[in-house]
Amino acid sequence: MAEASRNRKYRIVHYVNQFFGGVGGEEKADIEPFTIKGPQGPGRLLEKLFREENADVEIVATVVCGDSYFADHQENVLREQIPVIRGYHPDLVVAGPAFNAGRYGMACGAICQALEPLGIPAITAMYKENPGLDQYRKTVLIVESANNVSGMEDAVRKMVRLGIKRLRGEKIESPKAEGCFEQGIRQNYFHEEPAYRRAIDMLLRKINGETFETEYPIPFFDRVEPQPALADLKGVTIALVTSGGIVPTGNPDHIESSSASKYGKYSLEGLTTLKTKTHQSAHGGYDNTYANEDPNRVLPIDMMRKLETALGFKVHPWYYATVGNGTSVDNARKFAKEIAIELIRDGVQAVILTST
Amino acid sequence: MAHVCSIITISQTVGANRIVPSVAIPHPLGNPKLPLAEEEELRGNLLKKALDALQTPIEEQTVFS
Repeated sequence: MAEASRNRKYRIVHYVNQFFGGVGGEEKADIEPFTIKGPQGPGRLLEKLFREENADVEIVATVVCGDSYFADHQENVLREQIPVIRGYHPDLVVAGPAFNAGRYGMACGAICQALEPLGIPAITAMYKENPGLDQYRKTVLIVESANNVSGMEDAVRKMVRLGIKRLRGEKIESPKAEGCFEQGIRQNYFHEEPAYRRAIDMLLRKINGETFETEYPIPFFDRVEPQPALADLKGVTIALVTSGGIVPTGNPDHIESSSASKYGKYSLEGLTTLKTKTHQSAHGGYDNTYANEDPNRVLPIDMMRKLETALGFKVHPWYYATVGNGTSVDNARKFAKEIAIELIRDGVQAVILTST
Repeated sequence: MAHVCSIITISQTVGANRIVPSVAIPHPLGNPKLPLAEEEELRGNLLKKALDALQTPIEEQTVFS
């Protein structure tokens, strides 16, 4: 009987964003969800690799949704699309891979998390710095992928191996063996060596400068204590900082439209508003139409000036801007440190950071 | 610092402490569908909310929605 169920045909539903769904790039990111019969884009590779592993699967449907639309309407999308996915009676749902696309990773995680309690196994893949990872790693099995689409085949292969295990109800090995991120689940087992011996071995390896692997990694939470509140706005200097990519027209510092390696510092002296002619968005991760039309929509200097007069604070005469689009955490940390040091040096007491 | 942003969950994940939800990803502090005066009012109100957040004592991550 086990053999018979092993060989049956499995039904898979695949979730992808507008790009992998073949609709278009960032300009289509606000597209509402829709369903295509059969595989689409990476779904074809997924199906092919499943079959190479002798798993008889069929991608019965592909659900496509724009990344911005999902982020802006997550609750509604889940409420409407989960029953649609369920209606296909999938044995497994695969989302992504999302690589380092933040909104896509969040969407893939949310879809999988919503399905698991319904008894529908769901897996996804993303890059280790994708914000969807920290949000969903505890509840969703997430395969580690490269940070861009060049890692597609590798990611899909790993998803296929894991997917087959989930389809057949086989035991999931340690996260490392499966190529997944740790979910923080501790499982007891008997080790051949007692703990004191393992600890001493590890210590000796460390002392000798050899590689060693901890059995209990300490999770790294990058948290800062909330700062005290401002007692009064009067006389306080407030700076504007943005990850939304608003730069002087022509992008003089050539800040990259994605994976930014730098930030810019630009004058607000004497400016009461930003105009299409003087400023633009250099960001490659959202549709720039609205920001280019009126850059105040991302860097709100026009209303800051009005509030400055009304409430008696001072707007710092410089703003800092970078592009938060697949930007590495290391770079972002570096930018933040440099910017914070300058702001403190210049007597700024508070910051309003705007993000797209 | 007050973080005015569209995807609250990302802001929470990266560890911002004072979070103010904005309008939408391509226009966090605006709404192109509104007439200019109303859009400016919306932007002003979001900034006031951010300024209020800066003046509010907090012990942990807080979303000022």
